[in-house]
Amino acid sequence: MKRKVLSALLSVAMVATMLVGCGSSSEPAAAPAEEAAPAEEAAPAEEAAPAEEAAPAEAADGDLIVVGYAQVGAESDWRTANTESFKSTFTEENGYQLIFDDAQQKQENQIKAIRSFIQQEVDYIVVAPVVETGWETVLEEAKEAGIPVILSDRMMDVSDDSLYTCWVGGNFVKEGQDAAKWLADKLEADGRGDEEINIVTLQGTIGASAQVGRTEGFAEGMQDNWNMLAMQTGEFTQSKGQEVMESFLKQYDDIDVVVCENDNMAFGAIDAIKAAGKTCGPEGDIIIISFDAVSAAFDSMIAGDMNASFECNPLHGPRVAEIIQKLEAGESVDKVQYVDEAYFDTTMDLKAIQAERLY
Amino acid sequence: MKDKLKKIEGNQFLLMITILLFVVMYVIGLVVFKDKNFGRLQVFLNLFISNAGLIVIAVSMTMVLLTGGIDISVGSVVAMTCMLLAWMMENKGMGAIPSLIIVLLIGVVFGLVQGFLISYLKIQPFIVTLAGMFFARGMTSVISTEMISIKNEMFLAWAQAKIYLPFGGYVNKKGVMVYPYVYPSVIMALAVLIIVFIVLKYTKFGRSVYAVGGNEQSALLMGLNVKRTKLKVYIIDGFLAAFGGFLFCLNTCSGFVEQAKGFEMEAIAGAVIGGTLLTGGVGNVVGSLFGVLIKGTIETFINFQGTLSSWWTKITIAALLAFFIILQSVLASVKEKRK
Repeated sequence: MKRKVLSALLSVAMVATMLVGCGSSSEPAAAPAEEAAPAEEAAPAEEAAPAEEAAPAEAADGDLIVVGYAQVGAESDWRTANTESFKSTFTEENGYQLIFDDAQQKQENQIKAIRSFIQQEVDYIVVAPVVETGWETVLEEAKEAGIPVILSDRMMDVSDDSLYTCWVGGNFVKEGQDAAKWLADKLEADGRGDEEINIVTLQGTIGASAQVGRTEGFAEGMQDNWNMLAMQTGEFTQSKGQEVMESFLKQYDDIDVVVCENDNMAFGAIDAIKAAGKTCGPEGDIIIISFDAVSAAFDSMIAGDMNASFECNPLHGPRVAEIIQKLEAGESVDKVQYVDEAYFDTTMDLKAIQAERLY
Repeated sequence: MKDKLKKIEGNQFLLMITILLFVVMYVIGLVVFKDKNFGRLQVFLNLFISNAGLIVIAVSMTMVLLTGGIDISVGSVVAMTCMLLAWMMENKGMGAIPSLIIVLLIGVVFGLVQGFLISYLKIQPFIVTLAGMFFARGMTSVISTEMISIKNEMFLAWAQAKIYLPFGGYVNKKGVMVYPYVYPSVIMALAVLIIVFIVLKYTKFGRSVYAVGGNEQSALLMGLNVKRTKLKVYIIDGFLAAFGGFLFCLNTCSGFVEQAKGFEMEAIAGAVIGGTLLTGGVGNVVGSLFGVLIKGTIETFINFQGTLSSWWTKITIAALLAFFIILQSVLASVKEKRK
């Protein structure tokens, strides 16, 4: 008998603990829904008498455009800035409700998120795919439910490109072209337009779309009197960039320009140049051109080590909002949409720009 | 005999707690997200669709845990299976069926080697399967470091064949009538669950699995072939890891090195939440199913909520794990006192 009482007590205690455990886990989830509830209930009450219970939800949905964003994760500053851009664009003041999902770099999580968006009947699905492959099944489901899918940042490798509405992202080729154009203008301004210029390139990880696009774009902008001495991969890392630059400096005496396909490699190259007793930056002998324009690149330019950095704009939110507005108005949109990208060099007021930038 | 009875009581008590927890969570979801269509049958079915592979892996993990072992290689085996399937079909132009047979055979061989090392050479399962984990992940990148997209028509047909339910349809916002559906992967996963459940419960082999995990010495004294039982378990586990990988691949339709990282831990968490003891001898595959469904429900919560960090899934799982471990230990000490 005593045992039975004990076990009964025990099970009551356990169920209680469990409920508390449950309650605390879902509390954060419950809070916003509760906050939202009064507003939804109040709206139809003031208007005409609602006939059905479903009316409040529909009224709220009718006002706001619901957007589900399946983000890759939060692996870099660039990614965080990208997320912030969506969160600050798709606000309720702007007429949107954003459902944000962080996939923690896992494709299966993104597939789950998209399925969940479909069930919530969002108006638009935005995906920054973790990988390019394996999206057909879930995109078919979205298509069947009639929900347009917009890709951000990375492309998807699908056999039928009607599965997504459009892609929004950076134009790496144009970044490369812009860099070459900037160099031509800079040399012209310095009165070195006709001189023979020796260039070396620290490439990104071979095959990465940033590497391919930037190399291609810069090659297109090469002038006749420019001489590409060598190109080698620094794998987008600072240490490898430094290593490769050291070997370049040993091989070639007269390097005028170093093109680094991301900022981290540029920092490594600058260290290597300084260690070799040479100078770089606007006051030095070697011109450093870099890509990405992260915050540390601004520090480097302000310190007078780097000449220019060409940004890879993570702020996709406004462009996606623009596309959604067009789709809402029934207009058609281009399949490929590039975001505007700028560059920064030492002639600008870098401190002021850096203070305004989110990444 | 009486002791055995008590054990089953405790076992079923844990299972009931798990199922109750799942029901309570789902009801909370229905209340909190009632405006967001949480109540739709499809939301429930999506738990199975998205976790079909994990269900199979958790079932096979449960079996391994029942013997007192562990297998942390399954995540890598899933990745290797996906990569092999993608590579054989896309780069080698092989058919979907031969590719599937080959990966399943590789799974069996993988299980055989691990099982032999564990049961006959008496090496710690953790170490053996840790090596297996590194090996399979390494082999995945040896096959290809590039990601491969599966475009084989037969495979895609398997992956995309929707099986519609004849009821529960609704008209969505765009005015389209939609019926709930599942994919073949869900049916295959549930079939595995049922088969393993029956085998564990009603066959001699199944009872020896429990006996070996409960107490290896007494199992030996009872005349059971402990080594062979363990070997068989690891062979089945290898097969199911490959089969789970196949179901996972049906969902993602691609192969790449980083796939299914941490999958083994999700399977272990699912099994433990489902009432399986890591010390062996106690557990039930049905519990593991609910363990996986609980994880899926938490993920659905976080997605529906829309602003919470997805790390809350892991944090909640951690809290649940702690709760179940404490529960198990309390039950064990109560049982101890009864004696």
